[in-house]
Amino acid sequence: MWSAGSKSLYFPPLESIVKALWTQWVTGPARAEFASSLEHLAVGYAIAAALGIGFGAALWSLRYAREATSPYLYFLYVLPAPVLVPAALTLFGIGFTMKVVLIAFAAMWPTLLNTLDGMRGVDAVKLDTSKVLGLPRWRNLLQVVLPAAGPQIVAGLRNSLQVAIILMVVSEWEASTDGIGYYIVNAQQSFDYVGMWSGIIVLAIIGIVANLLFVVAENRALHWYYGARAVEGVSR
Amino acid sequence: MTEPGTASGVTEGTGTPVVSLSHVGKAYTSAAGTRVALADITFDVARGEFACVVGPSGAGKTTLLRCLAGLMPPTSGEALFEGAPLRSVPDGIGVVFQDYGRSLFPWLTVTRNVDLPLRVRGVRRDERARRVAEVLASVGLADTGRQYPWQLSGGMQQRVAIARALAYRPDLLLMDEPFASVDAQTRFELEDLILRVREEFGVTVVFVTHDIDEAIYLADRVVVLSRSPGVVTEIVDVTLPRPRDQIATKADEAFARYREHILGLVMSRS
Repeated sequence: MWSAGSKSLYFPPLESIVKALWTQWVTGPARAEFASSLEHLAVGYAIAAALGIGFGAALWSLRYAREATSPYLYFLYVLPAPVLVPAALTLFGIGFTMKVVLIAFAAMWPTLLNTLDGMRGVDAVKLDTSKVLGLPRWRNLLQVVLPAAGPQIVAGLRNSLQVAIILMVVSEWEASTDGIGYYIVNAQQSFDYVGMWSGIIVLAIIGIVANLLFVVAENRALHWYYGARAVEGVSR
Repeated sequence: MTEPGTASGVTEGTGTPVVSLSHVGKAYTSAAGTRVALADITFDVARGEFACVVGPSGAGKTTLLRCLAGLMPPTSGEALFEGAPLRSVPDGIGVVFQDYGRSLFPWLTVTRNVDLPLRVRGVRRDERARRVAEVLASVGLADTGRQYPWQLSGGMQQRVAIARALAYRPDLLLMDEPFASVDAQTRFELEDLILRVREEFGVTVVFVTHDIDEAIYLADRVVVLSRSPGVVTEIVDVTLPRPRDQIATKADEAFARYREHILGLVMSRS
């Protein structure tokens, strides 16, 4: 590997990093940082997903609200989320609430905009069919529009997950006393480069596992979509 | 007017017509101006009748069907369903669209597609299961309930759409070129299927098609629309005997005369 047998202070040998992974993250004190990061991520992402789909659907069903809010939506969407850290700090202080709010707020946008876009793109024949079958508004939304927009909503949720992971780390290293981000910055500032690299590897592992879980959930939720696409692919 | 072809098991028109159109017109207004899709359509459809609407493309057939379904209001005239003006889609109307791939819900199994309108109407669970099984059996799909629509052939998918439209026992079944996207053989099978189920369910049918042979084969009456903007050129009573047969009926001399007459109407530039 890149650092095998390395004597460099900044690129310590992989062997000692792996050892640190075990002594710090599996059996050692960093377990607490790991747990609190995952907690921020899980709670923040869950809120982001719920708000993104909820607001997206609400804006879809209220045309006037959509037209009135779209410039603001765009403004908030293009704003790089990390610049909100100081504002979040002032409003919520350092702690659990600040991190969760920041993750939820930043990660909500991709899901919200994809939900809105997906719902606006639902085939008119499906909407006509829904009317003909007599579906009331709420059934039309939950049983026709939402699943029809499903593939795009899931694409939004996937982007939201990436944003949530980034914000998890950023919120922890800006001003925090716990979490993996805090651990990495703290290790770096106390010249513990082995610890720093071990934290980075832990983050990579979280990213990989989160994506794997996402793909499993996606394949379950959208099995009909991939099934239908595979059939089309064969017949064309 | 000659006697409409009587079909056994179907009660013939007494009382209010199921559909009543008087001077129905529809114009689309956009930034580019106004386009008249339907100019002046007047006809009634009696209970139990099988009416086909034919016309060249651009005659406003689909527009007419959407007005009949209550999916959009006419801009002039009046459309009545069982004596009441159509403001939204009434409970008693079933619609089969041309493109089954777009109208079936691919995220639901065949059973759940057919079950959905029953659920909406608050039918009890055991009754729903019974009716779904019954209607799927009528269209010859008894064993496909657990599959997804996209796992079936085109003809079978359109049968699912027919089953779904019949599951809640509508008084009127509207069909918009329903067999235009399947191959010829499947088309004949589906034509015979629809003749059979309409007797079984005692449903009134308005069937839009551009295929004149299909219209004559199926219909008690054929409503011929002119080239755009849509007006009714003539209403032709089809008195061919029932039950109809793909080979014998189409070989009938009378069938050829109907075809010649209607083709003349459709082709003429008025």
